Amino acid sequence: MSQFIEFRDVSFRYREDQPWVLENVSFTVHTDEWLAIIGHNGSGKSTIAKLMNGLLLPQQGEILVDGIVVNEETIWDIRKKVGMVFQNPDNQFVGTTVRDDVAFGMENHGLPRELMLKRVQSSLAAVGMSNYQSHEPHRLSGGQKQRVAIASVLAVAPELIILDEATAMLDPKGRLEIMETIRQVQENQDLSLITITHDLREVIKADRVLVMNQGRRWLEGDPREVFAEKDALMNIGLDTPFVTKLAAELSAAGLNIQREPLNHQELLEELWTLHSKM
Amino acid sequence: MSSSMIIGQYVPGNSVIHRLDPRTKITIIFFFVLIVFFANSVMSYGLLTLFAVGSAVSTKIPANYLIKGLLPVWFLIVFTFILHLFVTKEGEVLFSIFTFDFYTGGFIQGLAISLRFFLLILVTSLLTLTTTPIEITDAIESMLGPLKKIRFPVHELALMMSISLRFIPTLMQETEKISKAQASRGVDFRTGPVKDRIKAVVPLLVPLFVSAFKRAEELAMAMEARGYQGGEGRTKLRELSIGRLDIYIYILFVLVIIGLFMTRS
Ligand SMILES: Nc1ncnc2c1ncn2[C@@H]1O[C@H](COP(=O)(O)OP(=O)(O)O)[C@@H](O)[C@H]1O
Ligand SMILES: [Mg+2]
Repeated sequence: MSQFIEFRDVSFRYREDQPWVLENVSFTVHTDEWLAIIGHNGSGKSTIAKLMNGLLLPQQGEILVDGIVVNEETIWDIRKKVGMVFQNPDNQFVGTTVRDDVAFGMENHGLPRELMLKRVQSSLAAVGMSNYQSHEPHRLSGGQKQRVAIASVLAVAPELIILDEATAMLDPKGRLEIMETIRQVQENQDLSLITITHDLREVIKADRVLVMNQGRRWLEGDPREVFAEKDALMNIGLDTPFVTKLAAELSAAGLNIQREPLNHQELLEELWTLHSKM
Repeated sequence: MSSSMIIGQYVPGNSVIHRLDPRTKITIIFFFVLIVFFANSVMSYGLLTLFAVGSAVSTKIPANYLIKGLLPVWFLIVFTFILHLFVTKEGEVLFSIFTFDFYTGGFIQGLAISLRFFLLILVTSLLTLTTTPIEITDAIESMLGPLKKIRFPVHELALMMSISLRFIPTLMQETEKISKAQASRGVDFRTGPVKDRIKAVVPLLVPLFVSAFKRAEELAMAMEARGYQGGEGRTKLRELSIGRLDIYIYILFVLVIIGLFMTRS
């Protein structure tokens, strides 16, 4: 697996007279993988996201996207490769209709009109919003607006999509809608995916998890490895899923749970095979 | 107060006028507004009225909707007429009430001016009734295009207009939400002395402004993330094109102008 993004000892602060928001952060994102970044509020997750497509530039260290160093000259090319979906569904909807919004990014990159027409269709189809082309944003639910935002990013054909707490302002239904959309998109297209969240339940399906704490890389591993550190996660202000807590309680009560369960099904497996292991 | 207030202006449809290029509509309306002032005979007024009313009918927008929409203006039209009737003292005495004489000149001039007024309002409102705000924005961007040469920020202006259009319903919804939230805390916007009511608006405006600025900041960030870097090198999805229909309408309109100058007295 080749690496798509590389952070090399990156430090960042918003102003000279303010403390570092990120300190010596190094990590890589591989091509076609799904990386989840979690951390408490203010741990620097959004800052990392904005560094990845040049909305911010680091004061120390360097960031490589697809082998290109992110700087003033390269940001326009990099923004074609790295698409971003933000938290607030309303404040990233630029067009007056769904169609216009999906086209906005392509218009900025100067794509020919015929191609735009095709891509509007295909990217709206990918998020299941084909029937809403001429809807205005105020007639859409939050979840639908976020799906449009994902379509807008897909339309530019990026190699990486970053979702920065894209589900945080949605109701549970909208949240499921988006998680499902993301999963399908990742399955059907060749792209790397970064989801940023402070909800541990949303990292279960990711390939790898990066845990941030106070501007530092705190832990990295696959979801199972990360969940195994549940006590430490709780200590840095992250809420672990119910299944994880239950498994911890069961272990504490003397049951021999060997593999960290990621969902109800796995816990059930552990429990009903328990006897044969003893 | 709902989002329909502004959007409601536009009546969706598929009539000839709906399908015209918005630039055609703006151009024709512009010249119509000019030539209305050249009409000075029954025939010439008749011709312009025919053109305006004919256009209105062809939009298939229900007449009562149009009439209701013009309600505030009806008052002005009637007022203009009455004013002329009283003030203009030309021609013969038409009739007198008590000792006050009404003259034919006043009657005719009153009629002509209010008809002019009516035609202007009708034709200009046909634009907003049959053209979406975003089409109007596109037309303005395209028609002001030549001004780019003298560094007039045409693209920025159009973008500003379209973003405003995009956010008006959102901000209206937000206003409603905040005013409900404040009302539930006992703020009273509707009764009491004017001074108190103005004071009550402050807790409505402050959060609205704060949120509008936050939105603006986030929107700018999102636009930049999506590669926005000004109008240079940008392509457009929405396309304006002058078609055969537009040509026909231009020809028709030129005929109307010729007709007007032939029927002038
Ligand atoms: N525009 C900004 N100006 C100054 N400080 C900021 C700005 N944005 C974020 N910060 C600060 O940087 C830190 C990290 O913020 P952020 O990256 O948004 O964290 P997260 O997304 O993990 O919640 C926080 O302490 C926050 O207060
Ligand atoms: Mg954040």
